[in-house]
Amino acid sequence: MPELDRETDRAIAEAFRGEWGRIVASLIRLTGDWDLAEECAQDAFSTAVQRWPQDGVPNRPGAWLTTVARNRALDRVRRHAMEERKLIEVAAELPPDPDEPVFQEIPDDRLRLIFTCCHPALPLEGRVALTLRTLAGLSTAEISRAFLVPEATMAKRLVRAKHKIRDAQIPFQVPPPHHLPERTAGVLAVIYLLFNEGYGASAGAALIRRDLCAEAIRLARLVVHLMPDESEARGLLALMLLQDSRRAARLDEAGELVNLEEQDRSQWDHDEIDQGLQELAAARHDRRPGPYCLQATIGACHATAGQASATNWARIAELYRQLQRLTPSPIVELNRAVAVAMAEGPEAGLELVAALEQTGALEGYYLLPATRADLRRRLGRHAEAEADYRAALDLVTTDTERRYLVRRLAAIRHEGVQQGTKLGQTVDDKGDAVLRLTPETTDPPSEGDTPQ
Amino acid sequence: MKYMMLICVDGAERRQQVERRSPEEAAETMRRIGAWLADVDGRGVRLHGGELQPVSSATTVRLRDGQLLVTDGPFAETKEQIAGYDVIECANLDEAIEVASRHPVAQWGSIEVRPLVDD
Repeated sequence: MPELDRETDRAIAEAFRGEWGRIVASLIRLTGDWDLAEECAQDAFSTAVQRWPQDGVPNRPGAWLTTVARNRALDRVRRHAMEERKLIEVAAELPPDPDEPVFQEIPDDRLRLIFTCCHPALPLEGRVALTLRTLAGLSTAEISRAFLVPEATMAKRLVRAKHKIRDAQIPFQVPPPHHLPERTAGVLAVIYLLFNEGYGASAGAALIRRDLCAEAIRLARLVVHLMPDESEARGLLALMLLQDSRRAARLDEAGELVNLEEQDRSQWDHDEIDQGLQELAAARHDRRPGPYCLQATIGACHATAGQASATNWARIAELYRQLQRLTPSPIVELNRAVAVAMAEGPEAGLELVAALEQTGALEGYYLLPATRADLRRRLGRHAEAEADYRAALDLVTTDTERRYLVRRLAAIRHEGVQQGTKLGQTVDDKGDAVLRLTPETTDPPSEGDTPQ
Repeated sequence: MKYMMLICVDGAERRQQVERRSPEEAAETMRRIGAWLADVDGRGVRLHGGELQPVSSATTVRLRDGQLLVTDGPFAETKEQIAGYDVIECANLDEAIEVASRHPVAQWGSIEVRPLVDD
């Protein structure tokens, strides 16, 4: 019955996506043992793989799996005669008749899991790995491929993080209200880091890195579901949806970056854009939008412009001003300079870039000369622009971005010959490619985000 | 769960601070540390603890091949020096972080929170 088998496979895969985090979270709460929780969840899915093709898919797969996993945990706790306390807790939590799959969801469990995985006492790389492993259910091999590190390295990160949770007694709980804002910001930062890790992947990188974007969006949806009043969570979800909607248009057939201005907007995922705009609208009840809401609003300005020339740059410049006030950063200021240049003309932008350069905050950062090059080029100051591009090329670190700059430099020489400037064609799609959150950056305002 | 709080301050900064601060400021710091102690002792959170003499008073002792080696100073020269310690009893790390964050020195120095091995 190959047809039925396929159906069963689908049901198992679906249950895995939907139930893994929930099952692991409830087992951690019951036993306090992260490894045990993962192993028993894994066992439950293995049992499903054996039994479902013969017995049929249960009516409530999640309840079935949870019961099997809990029973398994109880067996293990009994067999290994672990602490009395754990045994009693597990027994108390079990449904009256272990054969009857009564599943009472305690919605807080996954929320506890998120906050514990993203606890600031864990190293950032450990938070990321743990979130993907325990909450999203990615295997160690998958996570290590996504982050381009050897599997053994990733396994060690996970072990270290779990040991720290155990040894330092990081509690499995949602933080108290007075710490909730900063801890929530920490959770959102981890999710956005995941997204950027996948989004920044260049053409040659494996598809799995793109899966990180989908995973980050899924996690953000979960956080929104669990904390519906948290407007920044919705803001982050909106921001990621709006950025992700441009995925197909970001790279050309040769796999090279296409800047925002030159992207084929019919290739944008309008379903994702609609979802993003909805989330943003739902978040807007907050009178003082946070950094993610502001960035998502900037993303929405681009997403709703039918063509590049229709972009409301004045509004974008104003949004960057607000963002700069909320989370001061030279990168945000550079973004603002680009927006101001688009709204008011290149000179106004150059003034801001010059002021920024004086602070020295972006010294050694290639985007400063690259931005100046673009603005000078639009003013027809080709010789200066060329020198700026060369300065940027000396500083750039990734191949994709280097190739992009080389193409720009070639274009400007060509243009120089033609004695013409194509206004507006030279604004980097910084938004889409060049700036992104580096793993070292933990601040939620994500200065890696994208000057659009 | 027992946690050791190592109260660390930058040695040079600390000296400067001590030299520069007025008697009122010194008294205010003492008052705030006193308030912290009263709180944690009152709740039975702190098991013991104390302030250390400056690192210049430290002596390092080693025994190698049966031979006693005594040297002046701390065993590691670091900018951050341990100025005091407290052993606290908390349900979990979050509670310990909460207690540490209220210690006045957290505002200018840093506090390392480390669990003790269970006995």
